[in-house]
Amino acid sequence: MDVSQYLEIFLDETKEHLQNLNTRILELEADPEGTDTINEIFRAAHSLKGMAGTMGYKRMQNLTHDMENVFSEVRNGTIKVKPEMIDVLFQCLDALEGYTENIQNSADEGTNDNEVLIKALNDIMKNKNGDSAVATDAADTSNKSSAAGAVSSSGDIAVKWDGISLDDSQVSVIKAAKTQGKNVYGINVLIQENCILKAARAFLVFKAVEELAEIIVSDPSAQDVEDEKFDRDFTLIVISDGSLEAVIKAAEGVSEIEKVVGAPIVLENNVHYKEMAVVETEEPKEEKQSSPKADVAAAGAAPAPAKNETKKQTLAKPVVNRTVRVDIEKLDSLMNLVSELIIAKNSLVSVSSQEQQVNTNTAFNEQIEYIEQVTTNLHESVMKVRMVPIESVVNKFPRMIRDLSKKLDKKMELYMSGEETELDRTVVDEIGDPLMHLLRNAADHGLESAEVRAQRGKPAVGSIFLDAYQDGNNVVIEVRDDGNGIDVEAVKKKAIERGSITAEQAVTMTDKEIINLLFLPSFSTAQKVTDVSGRGVGLDVVKSKIESLSGEVEVKSKLGEGSTWTIRLPLTLAIIQALMVVVGDEKYAISLGSIQTLENIPPQDVKLVQNREVINLRGTVIPLIRLGDVLDIENRKSKEEDLIVVIVKKGDKRAGLVIDELIGQQEIVIKTLGRYIKQCKFISGATILGDGEIALILDTNALI
Amino acid sequence: MELSTNTETGLAVKEDNSSIETAQYIVLRLGEEQYGINIQSIDNIVRMQTITRIPKMPDYLLGVINMRGEVIPVVSMRLKMGLDKGEITKQTRIIVLKLEQEGNVGFLVDEVKEVVTLTSNEIESLTYQSQEEKSGLISAVGKHNGELISLVDLNAVSLEGN
Repeated sequence: MDVSQYLEIFLDETKEHLQNLNTRILELEADPEGTDTINEIFRAAHSLKGMAGTMGYKRMQNLTHDMENVFSEVRNGTIKVKPEMIDVLFQCLDALEGYTENIQNSADEGTNDNEVLIKALNDIMKNKNGDSAVATDAADTSNKSSAAGAVSSSGDIAVKWDGISLDDSQVSVIKAAKTQGKNVYGINVLIQENCILKAARAFLVFKAVEELAEIIVSDPSAQDVEDEKFDRDFTLIVISDGSLEAVIKAAEGVSEIEKVVGAPIVLENNVHYKEMAVVETEEPKEEKQSSPKADVAAAGAAPAPAKNETKKQTLAKPVVNRTVRVDIEKLDSLMNLVSELIIAKNSLVSVSSQEQQVNTNTAFNEQIEYIEQVTTNLHESVMKVRMVPIESVVNKFPRMIRDLSKKLDKKMELYMSGEETELDRTVVDEIGDPLMHLLRNAADHGLESAEVRAQRGKPAVGSIFLDAYQDGNNVVIEVRDDGNGIDVEAVKKKAIERGSITAEQAVTMTDKEIINLLFLPSFSTAQKVTDVSGRGVGLDVVKSKIESLSGEVEVKSKLGEGSTWTIRLPLTLAIIQALMVVVGDEKYAISLGSIQTLENIPPQDVKLVQNREVINLRGTVIPLIRLGDVLDIENRKSKEEDLIVVIVKKGDKRAGLVIDELIGQQEIVIKTLGRYIKQCKFISGATILGDGEIALILDTNALI
Repeated sequence: MELSTNTETGLAVKEDNSSIETAQYIVLRLGEEQYGINIQSIDNIVRMQTITRIPKMPDYLLGVINMRGEVIPVVSMRLKMGLDKGEITKQTRIIVLKLEQEGNVGFLVDEVKEVVTLTSNEIESLTYQSQEEKSGLISAVGKHNGELISLVDLNAVSLEGN
């Protein structure tokens, strides 16, 4: 049976198990004796191993197998949990994540065996009570090897027969065959991706090859191949009187075979490249090697093809699409609403076909109202389907803080709340990096070193808080620390040094304005640059990312007591409530979220300050922006008429947009302007109105 | 400007023997000139409809239209080719092209005439020396029934998105 259809489920569940393992191992570190935790870890590792095995990911299976062994010993109490062991285990999880990523991108786990990690695990098993210096040492190098492995992990099938472990009898058979003057070849057969009956094709290949040669080794074993327990390729070692070409041709003769590669086996010599011959049966696919010629050439320089392929593979589209897991109940309610919609449609049809004209109008209106109600509910339900808890993003942070704590040599603890808060899927995907950045900042710059904390009478362990909650139509995420807070004077000094502001400006600026300077590109106040943070790329990226999600970020800080970063995000991006306005003869939409009030202003109330039009609204001076001028439209209104002003806000700033006419509030679906229109100031998108016309959505943030 | 005079006034014409395949082209009219667009890259042809202007955009970018719920930018092919703005008539059409990088983009043309099949020996590619902007969009000239059709290079169209 073809397992590729289970790939999505496999990836989903693997990620879940990995996350679970991460959390549990963290728990284990805190409480090395927790039996429940150990049991849970063991179960997760075991399921992971089983799944990887079923899907034919051998390397992943091996690694998890060895991990499971360690857990099993821990469970039996023969190994004590040690910090070094936890480190190795975390590295194993990273390696497993690497496999998963490879699989997601190419449906192949890659060729990184992570032998160093496996060795480290085995060492743990061996020195059950001894020192594990070896293990950490080994694990350290494993990082490098996994990095190197990632480069070469490309599913390079050419040398697979070198990786087959031969037992003594097989070796002697090969040797005997060679002395008899027979040829021994290694052959790798790659089956087409879309092939449905892989086992059958493989069987035919076996048969075809057996006519010419004797198969002595098969990897996976003949039985596994028959049961379709292999990915897309299998490797054979055969003894033949005939030429290599003949054997390859025979294998190629079977349909749905993408590629057959072969070379004579040289037992003593691992380097086969020189004699390798590649014959392709089909037009190569895009991500595969381009031509046989290139292959032979590339084979001469061993590392070259691997690099090439990796490059191509990273360009290729991931084989698995992004998915959202949906509660059955949500789907059911969707189904119900759709059926109601159909009923409503049918009623409309029947109303319009009724002959009496008298009743038609009221009946018609009734149905319209009904449809309106159904579509509103439908919208809500669909939105709910798109909502996912931010849990999936924030769950990786405890592990990150743990690693940071070790790296920075500061004691710290992360407290999270509101992980269940739901946000639109697209937002959740994007929010991870900015949050990570703020947390790193808090850990690196925010929290003081142990000595300083002791001096200030703070607890030795620094606290970082991550709180999420819903607030009306927004979701608020706060990152808080009890560290040093932002040193306004230091920021001011730095800003003057860098020429961002002048000394005179600095005097008049409020603390808040100064703190906001931090969001300028390349502004970092860290005294020393660490590899955790302090390179000055960051806060501006955080800000632009959040703003691209139509959110806001704010910071409050008190020197010596800590700082709070507040991110405010809209619940959803696709559909918003908007105010429709008319300027000249064009219609525009303004997001209701950014509107504060609507005002009628008599023309004589407009004053000039520094040659800019302002109004004094209940004590606040607000600059006026005449939309007609900004958007190159002629205003229709005469100068004597009252101005209709939409007061919009961006953070603490206000501005009054002068429009010609109000249409009203409406729910609009946001569409992009397409990639052809790359940059369009003032316009954040478009929406399609009821009559099929398009109205542009004003980006008020860009206007203020 | 007649295309035939182009040949004499500085456009070198080269034989192209690399392939003998045929391709279908939609022939469209801009003023007096005829242009061809490979049918493979055309998504749709729609009648003139309300175009919503986008502020602060170059002249040739007329705005956006609604095509079955999708917002599609529309470019005036006349302005792009250095002609005047022209008039909207009953024959005016919007040809929606699917470009690899930019997605769908509509091109406003005066008229869509026919579909022709050109073999590769009816197509002569240009190595132009002309500094004129519009020649940059033309990759080749096709000969059909004694008439010349300038074939639009879609890569050039997509590259110079603003």
